[in-house]
Formats: sequence, structure tokens, C-alpha cells
Amino acid sequence: MSQDKTVLIANGQGFWGDSLLGPLRLVEEGPLDYLTLDYLAEVTMSIMQKQKLRNPNAGYATDFVEMLRQILPTCQKKGIKVIANAGGVNPRGCLEAIQSVVKELGMTGIKIGIVEGDDILDQLPELIASGEKFKNLDNGEAVDSILDRMSSANVYIGAKPIVDALAQGADIVVTGRSTDPSLVVAPLIYEFGWSMDDFDKLAAGTVMGHILECGAQCTGGNYNDWRNVPDFARIGYPVVEAKADGTFVVTKHEGTGGLVNIDTITSQLMYELGDPVNYLGPDCTSDFTTIKLEQDGENRVRVSGVKGSAPTPTYKVSMSYEDGYKIVGQLTYTGPDAIEKANLAAAILFDRVGMYGKPIPEADRFVELFGTNVCYKGIVKQEQEPSEVLLRVGAKSHDKNLLNILARELAPLITSGPVGVTGFAAGRPRPTEIVGYWPALIDKTKVTTSVIVEEV
Amino acid sequence: MARVQLFDVAIARSGDKGDGSNVGIKARTPELYEFLRENLTIAVVKEHFKEICFGDVKRYELPNLQVLNFILEDSLGGGGTETLIMDAQGKVHSLALLHMEMDIPDALLA
Repeated sequence: MSQDKTVLIANGQGFWGDSLLGPLRLVEEGPLDYLTLDYLAEVTMSIMQKQKLRNPNAGYATDFVEMLRQILPTCQKKGIKVIANAGGVNPRGCLEAIQSVVKELGMTGIKIGIVEGDDILDQLPELIASGEKFKNLDNGEAVDSILDRMSSANVYIGAKPIVDALAQGADIVVTGRSTDPSLVVAPLIYEFGWSMDDFDKLAAGTVMGHILECGAQCTGGNYNDWRNVPDFARIGYPVVEAKADGTFVVTKHEGTGGLVNIDTITSQLMYELGDPVNYLGPDCTSDFTTIKLEQDGENRVRVSGVKGSAPTPTYKVSMSYEDGYKIVGQLTYTGPDAIEKANLAAAILFDRVGMYGKPIPEADRFVELFGTNVCYKGIVKQEQEPSEVLLRVGAKSHDKNLLNILARELAPLITSGPVGVTGFAAGRPRPTEIVGYWPALIDKTKVTTSVIVEEV
Repeated sequence: MARVQLFDVAIARSGDKGDGSNVGIKARTPELYEFLRENLTIAVVKEHFKEICFGDVKRYELPNLQVLNFILEDSLGGGGTETLIMDAQGKVHSLALLHMEMDIPDALLA
């Protein structure tokens, strides 16, 4: 294989709900080999599990399928492959939906691959019987306390099954809970023939994945020197030019907005970073203190030097469980004395809720006066009395009805509370389920992934 | 010496990590990185966030990127999915850190 071979990989979706303009423009506005899309956050799996309980055909990112409808003809014409963790808790359902779209478009010769095996919710009793503890990684608590309330359990799987799907000719690969970087590492392994124990290369791919995984957050989005970022509206999503030796250049398509420099890339490397020397992943452990960045022309940053080592013998597991309900409502109080009146209104509200028979315990109550430096609490001083504050008032409870009473008593404060109140436009708030997050580990040998590739 | 906000000498980004956040800060020059490495200690950061962070503060060094990475445990009012606070994911803890004022030698500000 030629050392000059370059593989172009982009990320067009940083999270479930990211702009549709990302992927639509990426496939149209420049050259590309792989379009990766990241759909899953910790709580997403729990939401999808609930959707699947109501409808066995649901439980995946439906907007991914609708987006494919718009980009597939261009992808086929240009030979762009698509890799996404959009399968949620139902990759098979996602496969069927994509097949329908391909048929509706009148296209043929499209191979769709799915990766399964990350969803271990139904296997938990056997896994626990076999010795898996699933202790909470953050606080060491035993899993027993949440077993009967568990709503999802997914293993963060690695690049290998995606590589297998690509090797079987897949044009589109859909996974469940694979890690965000593995969506990027997989095409590198496939294209360059990297071995699964070439840890420096896998670490380089992981760093690439970390830079790409939040979409435009590495091309000028959420960047401190925002005044220097040109044309935010047309911000270019990141495109990587990858080489077989593990080095790569991060850039964006010609003519797009945004900015790629050492600072925008460093900003993203810092995002959600823990111990930089031991960045754990399913394929390898990466050392972020070995990364070398160089400006390589306008809107181009070259990344090299990345070192890695063998992965741990465990996979991370993301579990979620039902943990009661929460509610927040809001009203605007204007001055004079906005702060005092907003605090009084919150006190009246909790007092009235108690009159229905069951008070909300102090510890479960929530009051925040937005406009009094709540985001910079104790850091930026409030110089003068604000002439308006947003009262955010609510509570947490396992009793949903109690929160509904609070919701009902919010609007009456307008006519039966202190003066200077407005802004109830958001309407009556509704209690939402609290999804508890429970990170744990599982022995890798207990997890079996499988790949299906079907042609339409 | 000049008293400046860290906005003048660094950039930062933050996000959630369980019931806490991480705040990465990148010095604008290698010399400023050395200065921050010496002076932006765990104790200084813990004091700065005393009304936001109620757990331990950890610090990691990335000299290759001129970056210090801080972990602020118990700083989100109960964790990303459970909390009711406005900044549920610690998204602006980065700018909160950059509000810090420090006395910095003039030579480093040139």
C-alpha cells in the first residue's frame, strides 16, 4: 500500500439533535471517504429503551434514517461510506428502516451492516450469576439497589466489529453503544490494514475520534476567541486527512465558515478529559501527553506523535435506572426588589403545595434566581440589585403527583403573589423522569458482538 | 507585575464528568504555561470554586499542549441527569475559571 494514501473522514453529527446542515453540507461541499455520526449520550439509551417497550420497531435514532434519505444518492455517487452509532437499542429496527428508505429512493447495490451485542440488559441475571459485580465506578456502590429499576445496560464496544462490517463490503454501518472514537478508528484499521495490537496507531485514531466527536466544537464552535471565528452560520464540520503512519491533518472543506487552529483543536482535546495519560477505551489506552500539534497552513492542524498501550481487560458499561421525577417551572420578577419578591414567591409556592396535605421536604426543593450570577456563584460579584430575575423553582420526588401539584400552583402566583411578575409564556411545566446513570465494568470475555451485512 | 484576569493569558473548555466537571485551561505561551503550572494550584482552584465545587479537585498536566486539566468533583448539584441547576453540565465552568485574577510578571505579558 502506498504511504501516500490519504483517507478523508468527517464527523457530521456531534450529538443527537445536532444541526442537519452538518451532514448535508459535508457530502456536497467537498471530497470525503467516510461520514461518521455520533448520536448517543449516556441517557439516550434509556430513552430509546422506553420507546422500544412501547413499540418493538422503535428504539433507534429515527432522524438518522430521515437524514440518510437526503444524503444517500450523493453518497452512492461519490462513494462515501457512512458509520453511525444510531442503532440505539434496536439496530435491527434501524436496518429495516434504512432498507425501506433505500427501496423508496429506487436505489440498488447498497450494503447495510449492523453491529449487535452491546445491549446486555436481558443478560444481566446470568452475568451477575457468573461473577460480574457491576459496582458503580464513581462511588463503588453495589448494583443490587438499582437492579429492579434498571432501564438500560449497554457495553461500550470497540472498532473491531465495525471493521468486520466494512470488510464485508458495508456502505453504511450502524451500531448500538460503540464508543464515539471507534466510529473513526474502524475505517482507519480497515483502510490501512492496522493490526489490533498496533497500539500507537489505534491511539492516534482514538485521538482523532476525540477531536471529531463533537462536530463543529473543533472548528471554532464554543471557542474562547469567538470574535475571530468567521461565518459561524456556515461553520464547516471537521474533516480529517488520515495517513497510514497514524499522523493526520484536521481541516474543513474549502469555503466553509469557522476556524481550525491549534487553539480550536486543543480546546476540543480538553473537552470531557480525565486522566490524560490513561485515556481508556475499548481498543487501547491513549496518552494525551504525547500529542503533538502543528499549524500546517490556513485552517489545517497536523497531529502526530501519539503513543498508546494495550487496553484494559474490561469494557465500560453504561447503565441507567429510574430515579423518580423532577420538575422546574419559571416566572420572571421585575424590580424594585426583584430578588426579595422572587424568593417570597418560591416560599409561597412550597407553602401552598403543603396545604394539599403533603409538603415537599426541604432537601428536595429547588430555587434558582437566574440573573444573580448563578453560573459564576461566588466568583463574579453582583454589583447592584438586578432589575429583573428569572425565578426557576421546582423539586425532585418519587411522587409524581406531588410535582403536578407544584406545577398547578405556579401560575396562580401571578394573581395571588407579589407584584412585578410576568413571563409565564413557557406554560405549566411537566414532571420528567430522572434517569440515573450507573457506570460499571464488565470482563471483555463475557461480551459477544455480531455483525450482519445485507444488500438492498 | 500586573493584575489580570486569566482571560488575557489562557483559553479554556469544560464539560461534565459524572457528578462533577472537567475544566481544561491552555496557556497562550510556554512561559505562561510554566507560570500557571507553578501558581494555578489545586488549592487556588478549589478556593475559586468554593460555592460551586463541593468535592475534591484533581489536576493533571499536559505540557505538550500547554494545558492543565482540572477535575471538580461534586460541582453540578447532583450530576448531569439529576440536577436542576441551569449549568447542569458545567459548560461555563471554563469561563468561571478564566474570571480568576492573578498577579502576572510583565515579562510574561509582553
